[in-house]
Amino acid sequence: MVSLHSYLILSAILFSIGTIGVLTRRNAIVIFMCIEMMLNAVNLTFIALSKYLGNLDGQIFVFFVMTVAAAEAAVGLALMIAFFKNRESIDVEDLNLMKW
Amino acid sequence: MLDNVWLIPLFPLIGFLINGLFGKKIKNEGVIGGIGTLAIFCSFLVSCGILMQLVGLPAEQRVFEKVIFPWIHAGNFKADMAFLVDPLSAVMIMVVTGVGTLIHLYSIGYMHGEEGFYRFFAYLNLFCMSMLLLVLGANMLVMFIGWEGVGLCSYLLIGYYFEKKSAGDAAKKAFVMNRVGDFGFLIGLFTLFWWFGSNHNIWTINFMEIKAASHLLPYGGVVTVATLCFFLGATGKSAQIPLYTWLPDAMEGPTPVSALIHAATMVTAGVYMIGRMSFVFIKAPETMMVVAVVGAATALFAATIGTAQNDIKRVLAYSTVSQLGFMFIAMGVGAFTGGIFHLMTHAFFKACMFLGSGSVIHAMHHALHHGHLHDDPQDMRNMGGLRKAMPITFLTFFVSTFAIAGIPPLSGFFSKDEILWQAFSNPYHGDLNKVVWALGCIAACFTAFYMFRLVFMTFFGECRINPKVKDHLHESPLVITIPLMVLGVLAAVGGFIGVPKLIGILPNYFEHWLEPVFELANEYGKQYAHMHEHSHSLEWGLMGLSVVIAAIGIFIAFTMYMANKSLPEKFTSAFPGLYRAVYNKWYIDELYDFVFVNPCKSLGNLLWKGFDVVIVDGVVNGVAKLVMAFSAGLKGLQSGYVHNYAMGMALGVVVIIAFYVFR
Repeated sequence: MVSLHSYLILSAILFSIGTIGVLTRRNAIVIFMCIEMMLNAVNLTFIALSKYLGNLDGQIFVFFVMTVAAAEAAVGLALMIAFFKNRESIDVEDLNLMKW
Repeated sequence: MLDNVWLIPLFPLIGFLINGLFGKKIKNEGVIGGIGTLAIFCSFLVSCGILMQLVGLPAEQRVFEKVIFPWIHAGNFKADMAFLVDPLSAVMIMVVTGVGTLIHLYSIGYMHGEEGFYRFFAYLNLFCMSMLLLVLGANMLVMFIGWEGVGLCSYLLIGYYFEKKSAGDAAKKAFVMNRVGDFGFLIGLFTLFWWFGSNHNIWTINFMEIKAASHLLPYGGVVTVATLCFFLGATGKSAQIPLYTWLPDAMEGPTPVSALIHAATMVTAGVYMIGRMSFVFIKAPETMMVVAVVGAATALFAATIGTAQNDIKRVLAYSTVSQLGFMFIAMGVGAFTGGIFHLMTHAFFKACMFLGSGSVIHAMHHALHHGHLHDDPQDMRNMGGLRKAMPITFLTFFVSTFAIAGIPPLSGFFSKDEILWQAFSNPYHGDLNKVVWALGCIAACFTAFYMFRLVFMTFFGECRINPKVKDHLHESPLVITIPLMVLGVLAAVGGFIGVPKLIGILPNYFEHWLEPVFELANEYGKQYAHMHEHSHSLEWGLMGLSVVIAAIGIFIAFTMYMANKSLPEKFTSAFPGLYRAVYNKWYIDELYDFVFVNPCKSLGNLLWKGFDVVIVDGVVNGVAKLVMAFSAGLKGLQSGYVHNYAMGMALGVVVIIAFYVFR
């Protein structure tokens, strides 16, 4: 029997890796993958706690998160293609117009 | 009928709305003038009905209050839109609507072809409505609406020829000076309201309620303060020293306006107001003294200026100021009936004279216009001998001149003699009343002099108008001369309703009529009055004296302007300084400019350039600059790189979590 602690620690590690990835990588697709990893780390927490507490609410939330993640993937990839068409690059360093 | 009192101000209001809103589209002068005249004529008919009904009632029941709608009810304070009909307001509505109707009719002829004809009639109707509100108001606040309304209309009508700078300036001057007075009126109102409320828990501004509670008022003290404030309001509206200088300038307006507003009705509002609150004023002997002295001083002062003016309307304007002074003498010596009586007779003869002068100016203007000459049509030095060309105007003017000079049995004699006799014999002011009486007598002499100077210069002697256009001087059309004739007749016989008891050929209807209104005031006055018995022979003697004084004035005018025409020249060269001072109105305008106007302007400039530009603008611009500098610093945070934003978010989350964990 794997304890709740282990799940939570794993989830925290995954989330941290994802966060660091988002903050340090320059390739937009990698950043995107890191975000997915963060989302899945959260999903893991949800399921572990759901099981631990004997409450199904957490698992229902996971479905929502996965749905949103799928939609996000569609929109995000479309944005990236559009960006690539303009700049011939998916490096976020080139994505620097978000200022006044 | 009494219940329909609200119709009286309503008709002119309707006339104002029609002419004001649609006048520009109607275009037809007959229709516009007809609507305006009809509106005020309807009010006149209703007023007649009310007067008739009032006459039919027993004297003590002649007070009627009609609440139109509740207006302000807030806590203890209560003010309704309510009208008060009593003998005093009945006299006033008759004068306002009666003289008003005639002047509206006259204006149709006089204003013919003027630009903005509809505007003129709209304003005139609005004025009548305001004036009727003023005289009918059952509480001080309704009166104050009218008080402000007539001030506004006066402003609009003085500035009728607004493309002329002098007219605009005169309008502004009138408005500003009236505002000074209105300030006094309001302070007086507040004082009275506050005193009754805080001392006796009577929170009221209703005239009848104040009258009922007036026995609680002390003699002097707070009443003096309140009444002096009210009197300041009266000096502004009724052109008394020190706030009189706007009235002569108000002659920039069209002549019918001068007749209606600046002679017959509006300027008498101050006199009416004192009459309406006689039971308060009488409780302040000091104020009564001030009123009498200011009235006497104004009567004489304005009369002296009138002797040297050459503009026909300006002479009449100073004459109006002077006659208003007489009314204030009457109010100040407790002869309220006499004051209101003079108000009425003055409305007749002065309106007649103003309209007569308008008729003269009209004729002069047309003759000069015909010859393409640019002489001043209002300058009496260009007139002379007009009696042959304009017999009706001359005759009515002549009658009115005799009336104002105080020649029996014309109306002015009865009212002015009443005032002078009351000034002499009144029991209130000790020895001062002889001074007031003396000033009044001298002013009466000057009145006769300058009025006959005007008549002789205008209607008698050689015609001094450019000979080329002499034949083009014509009598004015009927629409102008009919009001003149009616007013001329009233000026002649109007005095017979107030024949003094002494003469006794007729009962003194006017005094009986107003007795219930002023009964209480006379009752209060007895507290400090020193009654003297005056013999009948003294009264006869003074009556004779006032006639002699008038005759002296006329005789001097005759000598100087008819018999020996070189005399005025000699006189001016003998006393050049005196002549210049009188001609320039004793330099009062210059003095006011120096003492009040210019310092105010300098202060305004200082506040503009010092306070407004440096401090107000500085604060506003400074705040903007500060924000800009601050945001220029913050701008660095917004790099545009996704990394930085993501980092910010992550750090933010860490900080928030840390806050909750380590709290």
